[in-house]
Amino acid sequence: MSRPNFVDNSGLSGRADRAARALPRAAARLASAAQGLAAPLVLLAGWDIGARLGWLPEQILPPPTEVLGALRETLQDGSLLSSTLTSLRRVAQGFFAGAVAGLAFGFAIGASPGTRALLTPLFLSLSHVPTLGWIPILILFVGIDESLKILVIGWAAFVPVALNAAQGVRDVPRAYLELGRVLSFSRWSRFQSIVLPSAVPSIFTGLREGLANSWQTLVAVELIASFEGLGYLMAYGRQLFQLELVLAAMIVIAVIGLTIHVLLGLIESHLQRWNPR
Amino acid sequence: MTASALSITTRAAEGSAIASNALRRWESRLRPLLVPAALLTLWEVCARSGLADPRFLPTLEAVAKRGMREFAQGGLAADIAASLERDLLGFAAGGFVGVCLGLSLGFSRPLERALSPLLLAHRQIALFAWVPLISMWFGGGEGGKVAFIALAAFQPALINTWQGIAGIPAAYRELARALAFNGWDFAVVVALPGALPRIFAGVHAALIYSWTSTIGAELLLDIAPGVGGRMNEGQHLFRIDLLFLCVIILGVVGVAFNLVAGVLERRWLSRSQA
Repeated sequence: MSRPNFVDNSGLSGRADRAARALPRAAARLASAAQGLAAPLVLLAGWDIGARLGWLPEQILPPPTEVLGALRETLQDGSLLSSTLTSLRRVAQGFFAGAVAGLAFGFAIGASPGTRALLTPLFLSLSHVPTLGWIPILILFVGIDESLKILVIGWAAFVPVALNAAQGVRDVPRAYLELGRVLSFSRWSRFQSIVLPSAVPSIFTGLREGLANSWQTLVAVELIASFEGLGYLMAYGRQLFQLELVLAAMIVIAVIGLTIHVLLGLIESHLQRWNPR
Repeated sequence: MTASALSITTRAAEGSAIASNALRRWESRLRPLLVPAALLTLWEVCARSGLADPRFLPTLEAVAKRGMREFAQGGLAADIAASLERDLLGFAAGGFVGVCLGLSLGFSRPLERALSPLLLAHRQIALFAWVPLISMWFGGGEGGKVAFIALAAFQPALINTWQGIAGIPAAYRELARALAFNGWDFAVVVALPGALPRIFAGVHAALIYSWTSTIGAELLLDIAPGVGGRMNEGQHLFRIDLLFLCVIILGVVGVAFNLVAGVLERRWLSRSQA
């Protein structure tokens, strides 16, 4: 009789406890969120007031309302959306090409010591040239069309993807591979059920870095050579001294960066749900 | 079999083992050069035989000659020096501010809470998206270039230093509290040595970012003496040999930075752990 009661009681008190603890925790979270928002809000208010009082010349920083106005205007005439879509398409194409090639290359040099010894030095020395340094040569080779962007963005993704995939494949515990051999797995099922899962964290690190690199490189290559896209929108705004356009494009770039960051985090935790770490 | 005959056969076996070892060592040392050598040979054959348009694929001889001529005139050396100067200036400024701010964020909870959303938002903006704004604020000349390079170095230095201090295990913090360390002792005895590898990693990354952004700044902002400036020239005047030379220089400088940073990192870390 007393036992269920006791359990019930503890359950109740536990729930009450949790509720009692949740309240201050929520308050604390609210407080920390408020603290976190304080600095950006102060900055924004300072920017607005400074612009209104004329402390900030328009060539240095146009008021936030004008930036919002530029956002609204470019949204309405469709130029912001089309620029954003162009940029996103370029990143998607370049990243996809670079990542697929990088995974294949990374698996090849990770799995076979012979290939690794042959190709790694060349690959590493090429990877030490800053990506942007290839642009002037590539412009002479392929012009300034889409292929230039795809090549440069693809190479920016290729390097980290290949490096991390190779590392992941190399680091597969030898005991697992031996187990696969003992169970006489075929080459493909060894790859699929042993190498790939154990290399996933490392592969994902590479993909994440590769996507970040692609995005960075896209902006640079659009600033250097393009007639559409977010980078071009910024260069255009800069040339016309329309700083509000530059800032509006920066906001879109930041939002896309944040979205990519959050999405990758979600995918990563989904892929690694089996991993107790 | 007599003892001497035995010793002779073992010696012979030893000798052949040594020879094959040496051969293997040479082979493993030469193997990494195999593919680059084959590619360069293919390149030279294509360029000389007319398989490839020499305007697009200069002979290696042309690149080497261009290099000798440029270095003999001193022009390219001055360009490299100009690039390195702005690179290191921006790196020093941005890296210093980044490490200092990272330390403050790591040690002060209120500051961390106040600034971290702002810094995380800043991190989402692609680095090169700052170029138009910076060129308006600091101009496209030397000031704008150095400011951009400093911004590039700032980010990794800040993030890694911050995370390095924040990543000090809770047990160490408790121990320091149990030993009644004050804030300063905790910082000097526990936190800084513990975070040092991470801080070095950040500075190392800052060095690499700086070099990339130096080239970016030189390509994107006003044309000025520097390797990027020469690449612009090579592109506009269609001097492909100059462009290949510049790419080689970019790679060599990148490798050199990596080597120097790696050596310094190892030396300092081993000393601090001793």
